[in-house]
Amino acid sequence: MITTDILIIGAGPTGLFTVFEAGLLKLKCHLIDALPHPGGQCSEIYPKKPIYDIPAYPEILAGDLTDKLLEQSKQFEPGFTLGERAETIEKLADGSFIVTTNKGTQHKAPIVAIAGGLGSFEPRKPSIKHLRSFEDKGVAYIIKDPEVYRGQKVVIAGGGDSALDWAIFLSEVASEVTLIHRRNEFRGALDSVEKVQELKDRGLIKLITPAEVTAVFGDSKLEAIEVTKSGESPLRIETDNFIPLFGLSPKLGPIADWGLEIEKNAIKVNNALDYQTNIPGVFAIGDVNTYPGKLKLILCGFHEATLMCQAAYKIINPGKRYVLKYTTVSGIDGFDGTRKEAPKVIVKSID
Amino acid sequence: MTQDVHIQITDRDGILHDVQAPTDMALNLMEVVRLFELAPEGTIGVCGGMAMCASCQCYVQSSHELNEKLSEEDAMLSEAFNVKPTSRLSCQIQISLNLEGLKVELAPED
Repeated sequence: MITTDILIIGAGPTGLFTVFEAGLLKLKCHLIDALPHPGGQCSEIYPKKPIYDIPAYPEILAGDLTDKLLEQSKQFEPGFTLGERAETIEKLADGSFIVTTNKGTQHKAPIVAIAGGLGSFEPRKPSIKHLRSFEDKGVAYIIKDPEVYRGQKVVIAGGGDSALDWAIFLSEVASEVTLIHRRNEFRGALDSVEKVQELKDRGLIKLITPAEVTAVFGDSKLEAIEVTKSGESPLRIETDNFIPLFGLSPKLGPIADWGLEIEKNAIKVNNALDYQTNIPGVFAIGDVNTYPGKLKLILCGFHEATLMCQAAYKIINPGKRYVLKYTTVSGIDGFDGTRKEAPKVIVKSID
Repeated sequence: MTQDVHIQITDRDGILHDVQAPTDMALNLMEVVRLFELAPEGTIGVCGGMAMCASCQCYVQSSHELNEKLSEEDAMLSEAFNVKPTSRLSCQIQISLNLEGLKVELAPED
């Protein structure tokens, strides 16, 4: 069981900044995210795109914003449960919560902060007959551990960065890699496209374009796929694995069943005070919440996270008074023993 | 005063909406769909309008001359599901006076 003060669901910009604000109040955080890395949408959808409305940054790439937020909160030593989706929530008699992921990892905290953005990113699955019955039996939509493909035959479908990057990576691991895409053109970064071209020329990646996987075959596990090139008769390819990589789409998912008030796919919160939901102790911050006048902006998420931490402090330390401290005045004491502070002013007289 | 244009949008439940889209707000068609709440929040315009997801895919049913697809849109559509020859990403269609009478249907949610 992982225990913490504030359990944050969602490791996007709002969730990551919560770690910093909570740290200033000596509260420890742990984050759960369905993606295998922190950053949320900023890392998953548009890491190379610029953002122009982060205060004090005239321009910052979404991926760089994630890196900066991680660096800013580092001394508060956040814990991470990545690649797992928060599935259930249970309230204990002492008022604290247990949140369990789809992998069975349990987390206990007095405060839960849902910073889930548009929801957890779920892979988009192509509609191929019987595809779902081969899931985890040769069919996967996300590659978590590339080692499981060592020495095996792999077919990848898709035309974006993840299809290209995994085809490149697995060409050194798998015994055979076939990449199938509906077009001759690929959407990925130029150097990835060039690398695939080179590996294709060296015979290390088999490329089939423009084509689509139209059927999957097997008994207890996947044995072959059928690929159809436009205007040609289908071709059967023996393979151990089929990995369709058609991107991810966000789904609010199991959180929708937690008894929270939901409106327009977002969680209703009390914005007059602290962004608490209808369940005391459970907050919703960032793009996942809604209230009159709500704007889905990263900078609004930062503000909401800051106020939420104040409310969390009062719940965790009942009756205790709080005085706002400025970081410039008080410095920052990390949980890792580090201290940051403004340099002392030297008072020197002039003769 | 700037003019509005009439656009007919069939939502994902097959219901036809005749909306008046303002031409002076630099809106794109995806934003018009959100403005009139013709698709639930979170199911359209997920990437915000960068042609980096296909949640705003629509089928163009009228013969309007639209702006050409840029390579980003074209590539994204090549990975989308339920694509037809008339498919466009609505976030890439800017609302302007020449779109008067445009008729589109929203593609199904994946």
